[in-house]
Amino acid sequence: MSLPPFQHLVDDHWRDVARLAHGLVGPSYAEDVAQQAWTQALAAYPRLTHARNLRSWLLTITHRCAMDHHRSARRTVPHDDPPSLAGTATVDHPEPPDGELWARVAALPARQREAVVLRFVGDLDHRAIATALGTTPGMSRRLVSDALATLRLDIEDPS
Amino acid sequence: MSIPNPFTALAPRTSHPPVLPPTDVSYVVEDTAVGRLLLAVRADRRVVTCAYAPDDEAAGRWLQRVADRVSPRVLRRPADTDALRHAVEDYLAGRTRTLDVVPDLALASAFQREVLSGLATSVGYGQRTTYASLAGRIGHPRAARAVGTALGGNPLCVVIPCHRVVPATGGIGGYAGGPAAKERLLALEAAGG
Repeated sequence: MSLPPFQHLVDDHWRDVARLAHGLVGPSYAEDVAQQAWTQALAAYPRLTHARNLRSWLLTITHRCAMDHHRSARRTVPHDDPPSLAGTATVDHPEPPDGELWARVAALPARQREAVVLRFVGDLDHRAIATALGTTPGMSRRLVSDALATLRLDIEDPS
Repeated sequence: MSIPNPFTALAPRTSHPPVLPPTDVSYVVEDTAVGRLLLAVRADRRVVTCAYAPDDEAAGRWLQRVADRVSPRVLRRPADTDALRHAVEDYLAGRTRTLDVVPDLALASAFQREVLSGLATSVGYGQRTTYASLAGRIGHPRAARAVGTALGGNPLCVVIPCHRVVPATGGIGGYAGGPAAKERLLALEAAGG
């Protein structure tokens, strides 16, 4: 059993982790989430039992950190505010880098947004997305295709 | 064919690699007067690697050995290697005769440890010995060739002075950093630092 030096993971994947964090929580919190993901990954790294799919492992951790961020963001909402809809974490996108695409992605229902970002920003396959979301590959495929329909994007999804 | 994936063009406008805390092993690749060296230290600053790495591939091979034998938590954190860097720099500039660092032979085989420990304790600055003589000194008088091989894979070049071992037949023999580097180190020490 041989794991590559952790620095190689950082060098090879830090851009992907930053992009995924950006897609999941928006620019204001992306850096915090990415930083947290790397710290968690470094702590857990020696316990990995194989070196397959390290990229997918990192992106899954990033997704989990993004979800933790949403959960703690919801907890900090004062009690006298109007209750937010269950499962609709807000995403902060003041300056979408691509005109309006990010704003539209941010407006998707949470699960669709996570799935489509993991699929097309993270470039994960449906099996990995299903693992991250705690669902089935079939449901992942469906969430992605619903998201693409809402975004009116005609992208091939061969995965 | 549909439109290309528009998501791939999206990237955060400003982003940089993560800043990670000190971990099990820190390293740097450093250009020195004798060549490009991979310097790696543990969290307690013991030196696990001071090895010639003329290219990325060579550096990668050493780092993989560090990951396998010491810990896979290996990060490029130059500041953690400062003491070692300065020690090597001072020695190569002739300002010091000893490197004030603690060597760690985690990357050495059992036989290499015997050879390197024997060398470190018996051959001082400016001295030379031969492969055969060192073999005899560590109790393996017929193993001159194996001693040469063990020295050739020294994970702690300069720190453990394998350059002081030369063939009995004359010439300066092989060296991981190349003959020019060996010659330079021997000349440096012959001049008295």
